[in-house]
Amino acid sequence: MKGAYTWGGIVVVVFASVVGDVLLARAMKQVGDVHDLWRRTGLWPVVTRTLGNSNFFLGVTAMACAFFSLLFALSWGDVSLVAPAAASLTFIGNAFAAKIFLHERVDRRRWIAATLVAAGVALLAG
Amino acid sequence: MTFRKYLVLAGVTVFAAAGDSMLSHGMKQTGNISLHHLQGIILAVLNPWVAVGIVLLLAFFASYMNALSWADLTYVLPATSLGYVLLALVAKFALHEQVSPLRWIGIALISGGVGFVAGGPALTAQAEGLESKYPLLAKDARNGAPLSDVSHDAVTISSGVQR
Repeated sequence: MKGAYTWGGIVVVVFASVVGDVLLARAMKQVGDVHDLWRRTGLWPVVTRTLGNSNFFLGVTAMACAFFSLLFALSWGDVSLVAPAAASLTFIGNAFAAKIFLHERVDRRRWIAATLVAAGVALLAG
Repeated sequence: MTFRKYLVLAGVTVFAAAGDSMLSHGMKQTGNISLHHLQGIILAVLNPWVAVGIVLLLAFFASYMNALSWADLTYVLPATSLGYVLLALVAKFALHEQVSPLRWIGIALISGGVGFVAGGPALTAQAEGLESKYPLLAKDARNGAPLSDVSHDAVTISSGVQR
């Protein structure tokens, strides 16, 4: 039963952080290349444009949910399981989500990279 | 990819790793925080390690958002994972801790993954956005030129105009 709680917590953490990453990535694509924008308009408009973006706001909220659900998951399960599992599954989930929702070209090169990084993070964070 | 953009990616890696380790060092000094003693959070923030850690994580967030404005999510994310590698190397060479063989394999896997992504284009998304902004370039893209090259050109052109 404890295992079910732990894995349920991990799933919630992964889901919330993937949603957060995708929303933040979409928000910043809507804001536009920050370097260009900064050169043209200065720093302040870049900041207000970012903070005023609704996807940015939702993304930060999702990230906050991911953070607090990680705290709960950590109190249910071992750090050595929860931390690496959540971190590496987030990489895989993000590759899928980026392809589906952000229309990124996740080619073979990027799938291999996502898998290698997920495996490496699982080994290092454990 | 300009030198400045590589600097931003380096910032993503370094700020995340440094911020996380300062935060964890500080939290070990302050002790456990429970839901019944929320004032513990305020005490924790007053700890200099925790405070510096929070500032560094804010810097990480700023450079992460910066990177996401001109690169794909699947391009930036592996850069964040390099932070784990950095932490393991610091543990080995600065703190002289033991790094197990399994962890070295992890380091190799992450570095390999980052190498795979870094060899490719930074931006592949945003075809529709390009079309409305640079209709001629997007037309070229439809005629067979790879989209990644086009988006790169578009960025160079737009910055060239500004200069």
